[in-house]
Amino acid sequence: MNFMYERFLGGKNGAIGMAILAVLILIILPMSLDLFRLNMVGKYLTYAFVAVSLVLLWGYGGILSLGQGVFFGLGGYAMAMFLKLEASDPISTSIQSTPGIPDFMDWNQITELPWFWVPFHSFTFTLFAVIAVPAIFAFIIGYSMFKRRVGGVYFAIITQVIAVILTVLIVGQQGYTGGINGITDLKTIHGWDIRDDSSKYILYFINAFLLFGVILVSRFILTSKFGRLLLAMRDKEDRVRFSGYDVSNFKIFIFCVSAIIAAIGGAMFTLQVGFMSPSFVGIVPSIEMVIFAAVGGRMSLIGVVYGTLLVNYGKTVFSETFPEIWLFLMGGLFIAVVMFFPNGLAGIWDKYGKTQLNRISKMKFISSAKALINSKRTSPARDSK
Amino acid sequence: MSSNTDFALAIEDLTVSFDGFKAVDNLSLYIDKDELRVVIGPNGAGKTTLLDLICGKTKSTSGSIKFKNKELSKLSEHQIVHAGVGRKFQTPSIYENLSVYDNLEVSYPEGRTVFGALAFKRTDKVDARIKEIANEVFLGDFLSMEAALLSHGQKQWLEIGMLLIQDPELLMLDEPVAGMSVREREQTAELLNRISKGRSVLVIEHDMEFVARIAHKVTVLHQGKILAEGDMKTVQNNPDVIEVYLGH
Repeated sequence: MNFMYERFLGGKNGAIGMAILAVLILIILPMSLDLFRLNMVGKYLTYAFVAVSLVLLWGYGGILSLGQGVFFGLGGYAMAMFLKLEASDPISTSIQSTPGIPDFMDWNQITELPWFWVPFHSFTFTLFAVIAVPAIFAFIIGYSMFKRRVGGVYFAIITQVIAVILTVLIVGQQGYTGGINGITDLKTIHGWDIRDDSSKYILYFINAFLLFGVILVSRFILTSKFGRLLLAMRDKEDRVRFSGYDVSNFKIFIFCVSAIIAAIGGAMFTLQVGFMSPSFVGIVPSIEMVIFAAVGGRMSLIGVVYGTLLVNYGKTVFSETFPEIWLFLMGGLFIAVVMFFPNGLAGIWDKYGKTQLNRISKMKFISSAKALINSKRTSPARDSK
Repeated sequence: MSSNTDFALAIEDLTVSFDGFKAVDNLSLYIDKDELRVVIGPNGAGKTTLLDLICGKTKSTSGSIKFKNKELSKLSEHQIVHAGVGRKFQTPSIYENLSVYDNLEVSYPEGRTVFGALAFKRTDKVDARIKEIANEVFLGDFLSMEAALLSHGQKQWLEIGMLLIQDPELLMLDEPVAGMSVREREQTAELLNRISKGRSVLVIEHDMEFVARIAHKVTVLHQGKILAEGDMKTVQNNPDVIEVYLGH
C-alpha cells in the first residue's frame, strides 16, 4: 500500500498536487462552466496528454521530439476511421455511387473500401490500433535512430520532418484519408451518439480519468530506477552506457510510451471534438505542445496540465482581445518562460508558492496559538465577572 | 587468432588508426590477475585511447583484446561491462542532478534491462551495499547530497564508487587523482591499494609521486607503442624513458 502510494502518487506532495488537480478538473470546472466551455476544456485536456508525454521524453529523457503531433494524429485518425465507418452505413450513404463507404472516398472515385480501413469496422480493433499503431511507428523510428545514436538537435529535426511527411501524405492521399478537411461528420459508437449533451459530459469525464491514469503510470515510471536512469542518461549518456546499460533500448521504450500517451489524447480529441484533420499532425501543433510542456514545467507531470490549460486559455483570451498581435503575445510568453522560468509554472510554484503556503500555514498556526493563549488569559477575567 | 592465456587481460598486436595516424601501434600488453598496473607516458602517447579500445568506446583497426580469454573487441560497450570491465573517465563522469545515493543506485548491477529497471526494488541488500561502497570511497556522510555539490576530488571518488558497486574484475582508472589535494591523493592511494585486492586494476596517471606510491609495475607508452616496462626504479632509469620525458 505504502509502495503504491510512493510509486504512483509520488509521496505526500504528489498526492496533494494530484488531489487539487482532480478537484479542479472533476468538480470545479464541470460545475462552473457551461457545456460549450467544458467541451473546450476537454479538448485542451487532450493536449495535456501530449504535454505529459513530453515530460517523460523531454523533461526526464532529454529527448526533444518536435513531432508528437504525429502520434496524437495517429491515435486520433484511428478513432476517426472507426467512427467514420459507422457513420457511413449503406442506408445513410445511399445517394453515393458506392454506398457504404465514407463520403470523401466516393467523391474521389474510390469504389471499394481500402484494405487498411476494413479492420476499423471493429471497435475492439480500433482501441487496439489507437495504442499499437503509434507504438509500432515510434518503435521503428526509435530503433532506427537511437541504435545509430542519433540524438539531440538531429532527433528533433528528424521528428519534425516526419510530422511534415505525414501531413503531406494525409493531404495528398485524399481518397484514403479525407485530405486537408480530415475525417468529419462523426456520429456514433455502436449507436451511442457522441454529439449528445450527456455524451459530452461522459466523454469529458472519461478523458479526465484517462489523463489521471496516464499521470499515475508516468509517475510509476519516473519514480522507478528507470526514471533515475533517464535523468542519468540526459546528464551523462556515456557513463550510463559504460555502467552496463544498453542506452538505446531505454530511449526506444520511453519514446514508445510517450507515443502511446499522445495517441490516447488524440483518440479522445476525436471523440470530443467530432473530427480529426491534418492540422493536428504537423509542425505547428507539435511545437505548440512543446510550448504547453515548457510553460507548465517540463519536469512536472501535474504542472504541464496547468500549463496546457493556461496557454490555451491565454490563446482564447489573446485571440479574442488582440486579434492582430495575439501570436506575438504567445511567442513572447514562450520566450519569457524559457528565459526566466526554465522549469515553468511548476518551477515558479516550487520557488515561491510553497514557501508562501508554508508561511500562511505558519501564520495561521501562530494566530490560532495566540487566540488560544488570549482566550485562556481572558477566561479567568470572564469568570470573575 | 591468439591463443588462450592465464592473464586477466591480454592485448595482442592492437592497432587503431585514425585517418592513417596510428594512436595505438601494434601494441601488446598483458595484465595478471590481481595486478595493479600503471600506464604512464607523455601527452598523446595513446594512454586514453588504449582504455577507449578496451572498454569499446573506440573500435580497433586490428589486433585482439582478450579479457579472461574472451574477445572484447567484437562486443558492444554494455556487454564489455557485463563481462566484468569497469572504466572511470578522465574528467569525473557522474550524474550531477542525482544524489550520491542515487548515483550509486543507478550503477548497481541489477535491473539493467528496461523492464528490470521498472521492476527494480530498493531492497535492504541494495541499501546496505550502497552504504558500504559509499563508506569505502569516503562519501558515507554525503549520501543525500546532490552530486553537483561535491568537490572535484569527491566526484572522482564517487565515480570510482560507481564502478566498485559493480564489482568489476578489471578496473580501469583514467587519471584518478587529477585535481585532488595532497590529502585527497593520500586517501586515494590508500583506496587504490585497498580495492586492488582480488581484481586487476589498470591506472593511467601523470603524477609520478602518486605512481611511485601505488605501482608495482609500470608500463611506459610512447607514440602508441610500449617504450619500457618494469618496476618504477627500472623504468625511471631507462635512458629511452628519460629521453622521452626530458629530451626534445
